Parts: sequence; C-alpha cells; structure tokens
Amino acid sequence: MTTSRVPVVEKIMDANDQVAQQIRQKLDSHGILAINIMASPGAGKTSLILKTITALSSKYKMAVIEGDTAPVTIDADKVLASGVPAVQINTGGECHLDAMMMSRGLEQLPLEQLDIIIVENVGNLICPAAFNLGTHKNVLIASVPEGDDKPYKYPNIYRGVHALIINKTDLLPYITFNIDYFRQGVEMLNPALATFPLSCKTGDGLSEWISWIENQLNTRKAK
Amino acid sequence: MHELSVTENILSLVRQYAQNANARKVTDIYLVIGRLAGIIDDSVQFYWDILCKDTLCEGSQLHFRHVPATMLCQDCGNQYTLEKELTPCTVCGSPKVTVITGDEFMLESIEIER
Repeated sequence: MTTSRVPVVEKIMDANDQVAQQIRQKLDSHGILAINIMASPGAGKTSLILKTITALSSKYKMAVIEGDTAPVTIDADKVLASGVPAVQINTGGECHLDAMMMSRGLEQLPLEQLDIIIVENVGNLICPAAFNLGTHKNVLIASVPEGDDKPYKYPNIYRGVHALIINKTDLLPYITFNIDYFRQGVEMLNPALATFPLSCKTGDGLSEWISWIENQLNTRKAK
Repeated sequence: MHELSVTENILSLVRQYAQNANARKVTDIYLVIGRLAGIIDDSVQFYWDILCKDTLCEGSQLHFRHVPATMLCQDCGNQYTLEKELTPCTVCGSPKVTVITGDEFMLESIEIER
C-alpha cells in the first residue's frame, strides 16, 4: 500500500458553473433575456414579477420560472392567472435554485417563442448567491421593513447582482430605515449598482425599473 | 445553509480525482475556504461524514485552510483585512473598496492510498 497526495485545485462550484454556461448559450441562441430575481421571503418578488408582466407582456413574450422549497403552486398560479406561462420548480427542501434545476425548468418552456424569462429564486439572502443560473441579469429586492443593515449582514448576495430594487418605499414614513447607511453598504459591495426605489403597491418608481429591463433587451438585440 | 449541496459537489470532485488516480481509499481532503465564501466548516464536516458512508472516502479527514477577507481601497490604496463586518477603508474612510481575497472555495488536493 502506498499513500500519495493528488493535487486537484478546482473550484467546488465549477460543476454548477458549467451547466450555467450551457444555459446561457441556449438562452442566447434563442435571443432570450433571462433575469434572476432574488430576495428574502416576503420582500415582494412575486409582486414585482406580476407588475413587470402587466407592464411588458403586451410588447414581449414572457415566461416565469418559479422556485419554491415546498410543493406549492401559489406563485405559479398567480403568474398563470396573468396570462403568462409559468413553470414551478420544487427544490425539494433545498434553499436555492441551482443550474440543473434551471435547466429542467427551461425544458418545459417554449423557448423559440420567448423574449424574456423571469426566474423567481427561493426566498433567501444566502444560498441563491452561490449558484449561478446562467441568467443574464441577477436582481436583488431589498424591502425597507427588512432593515437598513442587510448589505452588511448578507454581503455576498449584494456583490453578484446587476440591479437592486428597494421595494415597499410607501412604508418609509412608518419605518426606521437609514437609506444613507444602506447605500454605503451597497456601494462598498457593488459600486454604482443600478438601484430602483419603488413600491409595487402604489406603483411609484416602477417605470424606471421597466425601462431598465427594456434597455437590457435593446442592448442585447443591438449586439 | 446550502452546505449539503456543496458537500455533494466536494464528494463528486474527490471521487473523480481518486478514481483517476486508482485510489483504493481517500484519507485526507484539503479545502480552501475564503471568509466571504459563506461556508461553515462544521456543516460541511457534518454532511461529509454522512455522505461518505460506503464510499472510498469513508473515514477520511477534512482539512480547512481559511483565507481572510482582504480589501483594497480604490482611493488611497490601503489594504486591510475585515475583522468583523464590512467596513469602509480603515485609513481614509472611503466606501470605494474591492475584495482582493476571501471568495475562495476550492478543493486543493487529496491524499489517497493505492
């Protein structure tokens, strides 16, 4: 019997990243823009998605992939009711979507007909940050009742995103939320991050978010 | 929280390298974990012991090398280590900082018996 040391030096998330890369190629070959929405439970992911569908579904063909840890279809049902195809992925207790789950979700969608796919990740500020899904844009929703310290407590999720939505701004008069402290944390983690303060309830600020999505579509089409 | 899935990833990488090296048994696994990677040693160890049962890794030891979170200030060039939570530059107070180390999450090497 001999013992020996075998060098490896591989990133542990590499397997997921490779699947994510294949997903990206598949999306690109169909000219689809895919957006991964992450947030804590209750921050307003489904509300934002529904508002986005209302604003854009007459112009673009959209679909939604819903990730949930439990076999419930509450969110998918709401999306379907708005007239847009939705795929429900039950993560079987896992706290995040990974690239393999995303891949299985895509198989159930008519990719050749779509312009935009929105992915609603599992409500969680930790685990989704570690799993690349192959989406073009990762978006985080922070809602003001969660508190202004979240960038400091959950730095990783702030670092990987391309846009930040500050939701429930209609509650600001009733809540202690130091926006300067919040923004300083975000700035350290993700300088000059596109940020959209809005309220899904009142509709304030939504149009800037919608324009951002349309800009992403146009820059991709121009390529 | 996602340590179960990452531990599964570690096991599949280890098995792949062990099989390629014709290992009879894997005795030690050397991992590198940055402070910002958000991975908890104890949880990885917990799942490892369960997942390894009846594999060539059963009874193997995990070794963790930790990499501190080092930041670089874009304004004054100061490099500093994050001791606790995220802080602006410790010299000039600028929030314009970038992470230099701390994101690592790698399998560095394994020790095997043939």
